Amino acid sequence: MSMLERSVKYVDERLGAASLARKTLRKVFPDHWSFLLGEIALFCLVVLIFTGVFLTFFYTPDARLLTYEGAYAPLRGQEISAAYESTLRLSFEVRAGLIMRQTHHWAALVFVAAIVVHLCRVFFTGAFRRPRELNWVIGVVLLLLAMAEGLTGYSLPDDLLSGIGLRIVNAVVLAIPVVGTWIASLLFGGEFPAPDIIARLFVFHVMLLPAVLLGLVGLHVAILVLQKHTQFPGPGRTERNVVGKRLWPEQTFKSVGLLMFTTAVLAGLGGLAQINPVWQYGPYEPFNVTSPAQPDWYIGFLDGALRLAGPWSFQIFGYEISELFLPAIVVPGIAFGIITLWPWVERRFTKDRAEHHLLDRPRDAPLRTATGVAGLWAFFVMFLEGGNDIFGVLLDVSVESITRTLQVAFVVGPVVVGAATYFICRSLKTSQLHPAKANAGLSLRRTAAGGYETAPLDPTPLEGDGHGDGDRSRPTAAVPASEGRPPAP
Amino acid sequence: MDDPQRRALAGDGLTAEQRRAERRIAVGLVITTLCGIGLFVVYFGGGQTQLEGVLFAVAFASLGYAVVVWAEKLLDAREVSEDRHELTSGPAGRQAFGDALGEEAGPLLRHPRRSFLVRLLGAAGGALGLALFLPALSLGPAPGRSLFETGWRRGKKVVDENGRPIAFDELPDDGYLTVFPEGEVGRSDSQALLIKVPRGSLQLPADRLAAVPGGTHVAYSKICSHAGCPVGLYRAQTRSLICPCHQSQFDVLNGCKPYFGPAARPLPQLPLSVDAEGNLVAAGDFYEPVGPSFWNRGRS
Repeated sequence: MSMLERSVKYVDERLGAASLARKTLRKVFPDHWSFLLGEIALFCLVVLIFTGVFLTFFYTPDARLLTYEGAYAPLRGQEISAAYESTLRLSFEVRAGLIMRQTHHWAALVFVAAIVVHLCRVFFTGAFRRPRELNWVIGVVLLLLAMAEGLTGYSLPDDLLSGIGLRIVNAVVLAIPVVGTWIASLLFGGEFPAPDIIARLFVFHVMLLPAVLLGLVGLHVAILVLQKHTQFPGPGRTERNVVGKRLWPEQTFKSVGLLMFTTAVLAGLGGLAQINPVWQYGPYEPFNVTSPAQPDWYIGFLDGALRLAGPWSFQIFGYEISELFLPAIVVPGIAFGIITLWPWVERRFTKDRAEHHLLDRPRDAPLRTATGVAGLWAFFVMFLEGGNDIFGVLLDVSVESITRTLQVAFVVGPVVVGAATYFICRSLKTSQLHPAKANAGLSLRRTAAGGYETAPLDPTPLEGDGHGDGDRSRPTAAVPASEGRPPAP
Repeated sequence: MDDPQRRALAGDGLTAEQRRAERRIAVGLVITTLCGIGLFVVYFGGGQTQLEGVLFAVAFASLGYAVVVWAEKLLDAREVSEDRHELTSGPAGRQAFGDALGEEAGPLLRHPRRSFLVRLLGAAGGALGLALFLPALSLGPAPGRSLFETGWRRGKKVVDENGRPIAFDELPDDGYLTVFPEGEVGRSDSQALLIKVPRGSLQLPADRLAAVPGGTHVAYSKICSHAGCPVGLYRAQTRSLICPCHQSQFDVLNGCKPYFGPAARPLPQLPLSVDAEGNLVAAGDFYEPVGPSFWNRGRS
């Protein structure tokens, strides 16, 4: 018996795992580039965990002050917190420390980006429809957790920029009606800036949030395996099957390849592209401020919302509603509420309660696509406004005019963009044309007699994706699963 | 790949394409190996972030390349179809689950005398559940008066970042300075901006103008009334303060009222006077609570 056979026998006799493992290896996953987005997020998480564990070995979650005597000359002799000092030491004195820190930061940026793009893919193809509503909700929660991980993470170095970020977070918490004052005091350990917050953020960042995040990622993937992946319509693909490559070996090889590529990009960025140079910002002092001050990209829309809103504060019964309440709590609350509940919102309009395993193209559901594009527009406007001071300098325009323009774009834009998207989708749906490969409308033809006539353009069926009318009924080119491989011995 | 002609080209049962793929995979793996060795050299040579990044990136990328070429060219990657199975257990399955669940607990819960116990159980759970939250109250002090008060008191000396008292006549025209109460340099909620403006330019109510020594030395809280950032930018031409975080702008001459941006309240004014030695001192705490809005701010 070979070593492998012996170990399989050993495990199987104790756990009876062989037949389950065989079923798992033979699972079929459909192939499409857009199905890799979630995988990229997962692989960023792998990189985040490995680099993050390394960082925890060097980081000191402590706001106590000490005199800096390390390698970075400009700060020598200054009173700085132990947290900031340990970040500097990690960056300048620990061998391979800086690349690990920068790769961790880049991985976080790409992680949230991959989640957002993955969410868009799932949204615009209708992959959230029954029976996948629960996994959609888990996905939205994962996005929020990833954002919270990012925020707590970049606040840890206790540099000037992150301290200002925390100050704003504190103000947002204070803006919660009725209980905000109490929550802020309990969360931050007193009036801002209380020294406890650094240690607490650390616990959130390396224990509480990752525990929930990893648990939900496991659940997310388990539900995916249980329900089997969705697929685009195509030859031989129906609501009752899944056509693709097997987990072993094809998908495993490809996924390992993607893991390698993701890691390559993140390590390359971590080594070559400087990120969050905390030594340039200096230590956090509550009376100092940097300008321009921008958070990481995924918090940018929230900061932009704060800049976009007007001074809308008011009193009820002698109590005060902060001007932060609308942009920092109501708007994101409504946005994430709609995103979370979208499967049920859409069902109210479509009355479609059926199970769907075949994906839509964006045009197939004009209302959904229009809503999504309108939402992305609003997100984009908020994101831009988050850099209004930078654009002001770059474009030599006053911050006031940028803000006023974007205020209009925030209110009017979604309606215009949404309506345009709706009509484009409708027209693509009827014409069956590919938006990038053919034009809709009429073509002018010369007849044999020498006259001219107009005729509708032929709908060009797309190669292989089977959206042409005849395609769905074409016999399958795929081999049924049971015949795909020689039977296992 | 099963083309017999192409297969015949190669003696070992591999097509020319597969041979090419093998060579490409080999090159990828060799590059990864070399980069691995390179990383050893760099690390023991003292480490160099950019080199490490390049070597890691090339190593991972060529390994990924090798694996993907392997998957694409050497594996018999046929599309297969797998049936989906009904996810639901069906009405019978759900009924069986309900029966299993209710088998023991059901009769107990349904008995009329038991419902009393169930209510008690709810009360016990509620009381204990809430009590379990009590330790969370230890996380921070009750907010109390902390948001209403700062370190300023009547008679406290105005000092700069180095703790040095500020004489009435030392500030140049349009000069400005971050100041603190004596003995509390760096205290966040007490930071204030002392600005010298031309005499007679301030538009303030008479009682507040009286707290501006000489009609020229006015002080406002440096904490933005919007989100709490230090209002760090002073534009002397327009006599406006600008918060670099969200671009709220405040009119220094007109009680630091916001005139653009998201801030809704003026920066609170700090009443000042001059002591016998000619140094600036506070004439009391800020007129309003400093910093961002909070629920009971108006109920001081």
